[in-house]
Amino acid sequence: MDDKILILAHTEPNGSLGKAALDAIETGRALGGSLAVGLVGEKAQPPRGVPFVYVVEGAEFAQSRYASDAAAAEALCRASGATLVLAAGTSRWTRALPGVAQRLDGRIDSHVTAFDGERATRWFYRQRIEAVLTRGERPWFLLLDAGLPYQPHEGEPRVEHVSVTLPPLRTRVTGIVAPKSEQQTIRPDADLLFVAGAGWTKKQKDGQTHVEEAGNLVLGFLAATRASLGSSKSLVDLSGEGQSVLPFLSHLNQIGQTGATPRHPKGLATCCHGEEPHVVGWRFIQERRAVNLDPNCGWARGKADILYVADAFEVVAKLNALLSA
Amino acid sequence: MSYQIVVCAGIVPDPLQTLEPVSTPAGPALKNEAMLPHVLDPWAACSLHEAAHLAKQFAGSKVWLVSLAPKAKLQQVIMTVAQKAVFDLVALDAPSSGFADSAAVAAVLADAIASLPGLDRSKLLVFGGWESASRSSGTTLQILGERLGILEQFQGVDQIKVLENGALEILERAEGGCHQVSVCDGPPAILGWATGNLPEPPNNPQVGMANMRTLMPALQRAKSTPLAAGNLAYQSAAVPKQQRDTRIVKNLSAEEVARELAAWIRG
Repeated sequence: MDDKILILAHTEPNGSLGKAALDAIETGRALGGSLAVGLVGEKAQPPRGVPFVYVVEGAEFAQSRYASDAAAAEALCRASGATLVLAAGTSRWTRALPGVAQRLDGRIDSHVTAFDGERATRWFYRQRIEAVLTRGERPWFLLLDAGLPYQPHEGEPRVEHVSVTLPPLRTRVTGIVAPKSEQQTIRPDADLLFVAGAGWTKKQKDGQTHVEEAGNLVLGFLAATRASLGSSKSLVDLSGEGQSVLPFLSHLNQIGQTGATPRHPKGLATCCHGEEPHVVGWRFIQERRAVNLDPNCGWARGKADILYVADAFEVVAKLNALLSA
Repeated sequence: MSYQIVVCAGIVPDPLQTLEPVSTPAGPALKNEAMLPHVLDPWAACSLHEAAHLAKQFAGSKVWLVSLAPKAKLQQVIMTVAQKAVFDLVALDAPSSGFADSAAVAAVLADAIASLPGLDRSKLLVFGGWESASRSSGTTLQILGERLGILEQFQGVDQIKVLENGALEILERAEGGCHQVSVCDGPPAILGWATGNLPEPPNNPQVGMANMRTLMPALQRAKSTPLAAGNLAYQSAAVPKQQRDTRIVKNLSAEEVARELAAWIRG
């Protein structure tokens, strides 16, 4: 391979490299050829097992902010002379690197799921069409959705510190708003995705809605399994319209064409009908099961491994009892 | 205090439509794309609603909708959109394909924004969708921002609040269901919106009638705008075959289903 590869990584608040960054380094290593890592952070700890590490560090780079991140990444790319720049698709890099590609007269592709050094694979139309593409322009930036699992390597890298001239900084990060731990419903590293559909808020067999009971059942399940909670757009929209619905749901829980596409080994859908726009959010869920009263719902049409035709209220109540025992 | 808010929004096939890629001499495209019903790109539509909401709060503010799309398709979509928010339309007649390069799209949009009459950069907020439902790359706005020389950029935005001193407090989505809170001194800034917090506004025929006076002339003025392909080449584009052999279980009691699920979850 003739390309010079740079893996860009930013440190986490504790100074370490996150899993996504380490996996991106492993992906770059697997490509062979000339490899370097570019590190950005308040105090960066260079990873072992790569020949060369360029470092931008300082208090200004502790914050995830476009102006400082773009300046740091630009300086690292210029210092390394890289023609291929890989980075994990974190919120920080997805915000900053497209602008850096523009500064360097390069091109960028995001949500890359595979890259062999020449061809990149990514999804279009919200996970509905998969395409393989090549680019002649360099530098070519690739934001990876998933890298190769990181393997520790030995060997001290050669480290070069790179200075950055920052523009006037007009933005400051003032904090992170995270749900309280007992209200935390989005867990990207969970083994299971639990999806609550609009059926939880509809009239049940007795002709009444049971929203409070539904909320308790869902929260009970999440507490017992530490699963991540997803929802369909329709249920989240209902909450935005002020209707009485599951109070802990927000647009952040939404999966599908207008929401997230999480990655979990298992997924359990309850009270949702498996409509295509919602199911595209399941593209990267490996094992899929669904509970629905309708045997002809979308899940039955080749979208789930198993569809249980059953009342989710009854099933989840029994399931919670079993899992909590 | 007032704002000039430019919303960049394309159109995309209705999410309920089945999409099938086909090969053309210019690269991949969607089969029967011209026949597919389209909607305003969902996250960009959220940004339009947020723009209208912000403009309402600050007298003298103005909203433009800059849309790069086939003129005939845009005309169909805009009739509905025009009933939800007050805006001036700037139409650019070009393919709305998700396979077009974001750099080329950003270049065209940046030129259109830079040439808006009476544009005051000290009041400029550029809104758009965090990611489109077509290219789904989340890269266009940042490139556009660089072309306009705007370094205050935010992506995955769910909320904007104007503080007493005129600074903007912005909530962006971060990993793990968290929001990062930033305070920006003020415009100019780029905001790529996720869903935001506002419900979709109801159709308001009076707003539609007010918009209609300017929409049709804007559509008629829409210039045919070529998009540079650069050295981007597609080797394949396909709908992945992910059909599963679904087992439908009908005759188990709730207790039996729960037991089976518990074993699966623990396994």
